[in-house]
Amino acid sequence: MASKITEQQVEHVAELAKLEFKDEELTKFTTQLGSIIDMFEDLTNVDTDGVEPMTSASDRENVMREDKAVKSSKEETDALLNNAPDTDDGYIKVPAIIDESEDGE
Amino acid sequence: MDFYQTDLSQLHADLKNKKISATELTKETFDHIKENEEQVKAFITLNEDAAMKKAAEIDQQGINDDQLTAGIPLAVKDNILTKGLKTTAASKMLENFNPVYDATVVEKLNNNGFINVGKTNLDEFAMGSSTENSAFFTTHNPWDLTRVPGGSSGGSAAAVAAGDVLGALGTDTGGSIRMPASFNGIVGMKPTYGRVSRWGIIAFGSSFDQVGWLTRTVKDNALLTQMISGSDEHDMTSSTKEVPNWAAQLNDDTNVKGLRIAVPKEYFEGINDDVQAVIKSALDHLESLGAIVDEVSLPHTKYGVPAYYILASSEASSNLQRYDGIRYGFRAKDVKNIEDVYVRSRTEGFGEEVKRRIMLGTFSLSAGFYDAYFNKAAKVRRLIAQDFDDVFKDHDVILGATGASTAFKIGAEIDDPQTMYMNDVLTVPVNMAGLPAMSVPAGFSSKNGMPVGLQIIGKPFDEQTIYNTAYVFEQTTDVHKKAPKLGGQN
Repeated sequence: MASKITEQQVEHVAELAKLEFKDEELTKFTTQLGSIIDMFEDLTNVDTDGVEPMTSASDRENVMREDKAVKSSKEETDALLNNAPDTDDGYIKVPAIIDESEDGE
Repeated sequence: MDFYQTDLSQLHADLKNKKISATELTKETFDHIKENEEQVKAFITLNEDAAMKKAAEIDQQGINDDQLTAGIPLAVKDNILTKGLKTTAASKMLENFNPVYDATVVEKLNNNGFINVGKTNLDEFAMGSSTENSAFFTTHNPWDLTRVPGGSSGGSAAAVAAGDVLGALGTDTGGSIRMPASFNGIVGMKPTYGRVSRWGIIAFGSSFDQVGWLTRTVKDNALLTQMISGSDEHDMTSSTKEVPNWAAQLNDDTNVKGLRIAVPKEYFEGINDDVQAVIKSALDHLESLGAIVDEVSLPHTKYGVPAYYILASSEASSNLQRYDGIRYGFRAKDVKNIEDVYVRSRTEGFGEEVKRRIMLGTFSLSAGFYDAYFNKAAKVRRLIAQDFDDVFKDHDVILGATGASTAFKIGAEIDDPQTMYMNDVLTVPVNMAGLPAMSVPAGFSSKNGMPVGLQIIGKPFDEQTIYNTAYVFEQTTDVHKKAPKLGGQN
């Protein structure tokens, strides 16, 4: 069965999802995703005219709370920062947004 | 301590009467776990030092009547946050992550005095049916070490089945409590969506995720589930409905006389013969005890798997956007700029199945495909929920198998995601509708001797009828008395 998804499309979706696949992985993923998406196609057999989409099974409607800032203790902040890959003086460090050696790609 | 010899109420009494101390009990528990771990590999992290310290505290303080879990060693699935205790979701992404707060369920147990022995293995981010998707190792089924324990709460299920603990917390997005319970011959309950707070659960599919217990006995399950249930200001989907004392109604008078059982004919399609035979004899047994068994139809059952994999993957792709290598979690080395941090950290930090789900979700939500996939699946979800509503108009519970097969061999299905997904055909519809459902041991396969689980599905917030039905089945059969012999023939 012809796959519903091409390698170009998989590459595009990967870009949206901030993932990267090597060539051989891309081929494998395209085949696998294609067969799963073929399975998704079964849903076209269901008559859903006039059916409202269902996105939650919760029995609650809207729940409101006061929008109030809560100050964290130094211990809490330290514990949070301990989980960060790279920190400096209470801040999280990241590489430059624009790489100076970037070639325009 | 081998927990096959006792139950929660008995241990609570023994601890209170000082027949055994919490320290002795905890020590024996770790001895037993260490003996089993080499073969079973149920735990990612053992919490021995903190557990022994807590046990000593409990011994010093004494135990009140309402502290049912005080001094009792229990395990926690490793996608449930435990403050200061590494929580990995079995992902390289969170390999060194130390939560700064406890999940609400853990907080409730801590307040009651439970001993957290450790964090159990799972499929990465709870995505899978075998624990083979764990970034660290595969857990082995105590009944046959060459087989999977099911997933994603496979570590929790194996720990209970091996007699390591009386109960272990799991999560269930599409069957992740019930399926491993079925594969390991134990009790696994997914409560109604909203019954238990999801605060502090590492999010997968937020409109499906629910926390629950894997236990050996039905009564222990009822007692422990009551303890973690109730509304929570941190989870706006948690229900404000009163939490009943389910266990109080489980006694010698509990019966199934006049219980209206619906058996969907679709729940026998594509089910292995050995599983069918056990389920049919379980239904005959309940009928002989006075239940009324009717064949019904849930016509949209076969669309459950495709609709679920679209919706749950879509929610997952959104929930997992937070793993970007910036504030916590894995960050790739030698990255040039911030875009690189995102892409390389996610590409190197996530395993294959997680990437597959993110891709499926992103695809289903993307421009041009949203209506055909996400929206269509959300409509089918409503039809599946309506199927259940229709049957529940004149039935009390719906019964069928939990899994289409018994536990499969390690390695048998891992390269074929589509076959792996079809394992969930009988469990995902329940999550779509948000219903409560349990897997209770029903018997053993005549083909391979492995346990078979009976799935009992109830109306929203009617966990009681599920517990009653399961309790009667358990008490009138010998199935639950059989224990796996590690490394030996069963």
